[in-house]
Amino acid sequence: MLDPAGEATRSAAARLGVEGVRSLRIGKAIEIELEAYDEITAQAQLQLLSDRLFANPVIENWSLELLEMVGEQLQ
Amino acid sequence: MTIGIVVFPGSNCDRDVRWALEGCIDLPTRFLWHEERELSGLDAVVIPGGFSYGDYLRCGAIARFAPVLESVRFFAEAGGAVLGICNGFQVLTEMGLLPGALTRNARLNFICEPTPLRVNPGNCCWLKEYQESEAIVLPIAHGEGRYQCEEKQLAELEANGQIVMRYAINPNGSACDVAGLTNAGGNVLGLMPHPERACDPVTGGLDGLRLLASLRN
Repeated sequence: MLDPAGEATRSAAARLGVEGVRSLRIGKAIEIELEAYDEITAQAQLQLLSDRLFANPVIENWSLELLEMVGEQLQ
Repeated sequence: MTIGIVVFPGSNCDRDVRWALEGCIDLPTRFLWHEERELSGLDAVVIPGGFSYGDYLRCGAIARFAPVLESVRFFAEAGGAVLGICNGFQVLTEMGLLPGALTRNARLNFICEPTPLRVNPGNCCWLKEYQESEAIVLPIAHGEGRYQCEEKQLAELEANGQIVMRYAINPNGSACDVAGLTNAGGNVLGLMPHPERACDPVTGGLDGLRLLASLRN
């Protein structure tokens, strides 16, 4: 998938004098705080959100990273 | 006959569509606010151009969850005529009523100019007044009109004659020069060019008039 914003930025990097930038892609990061019964439920909800709302699978890939667990698991 | 025109916060071609339908073709219209669900009495629905909900996240991504579009989905699935123009086309792909997606123009620029197009009407109910391979000119005005689709699906669209409008000179990097697509039933049409801006010689030619008037005949 061509990423025109990434390509434009890559050529600007060369103009800045930084050679050797082989690839550069620009995407988005979404930080989300979610309340859920347990981690499995949270993962399922995040999966749904990512597939159906945050990303369009036709043109975007996504990955999920859990940064922190706050409070106790209720299970 | 009455045509519904969907209005999201951020739509900006809704009044142009009304002007074209009522002023140039004499078809009555009804605005459908995004929270409305009632489509009874309507013969067709137009999703106009603009920046629905600010086009935050992705063009059309938030609009897809609008209450009015649940009704539009039922309406389209029952064979109702639905037209998505520009942002409306982006919304139709996000809804899955048309396959693929519209992404940032290849050269990153917002393009606003008259564009030569080739029409292949197939079974599309909105294009029955056009000849096979007819050359027309319609204005485009978009930053995200580059059509993308999986190759296999694109080949299917091509084989089924669903690529009903193509750019004669590709302005944005669209796959297969796609400017407009119809669904298998021919009742849903999505296109990036603006037919409503080409319904009066004073404002950009007359090539869009037959598209909007097709429902009257």
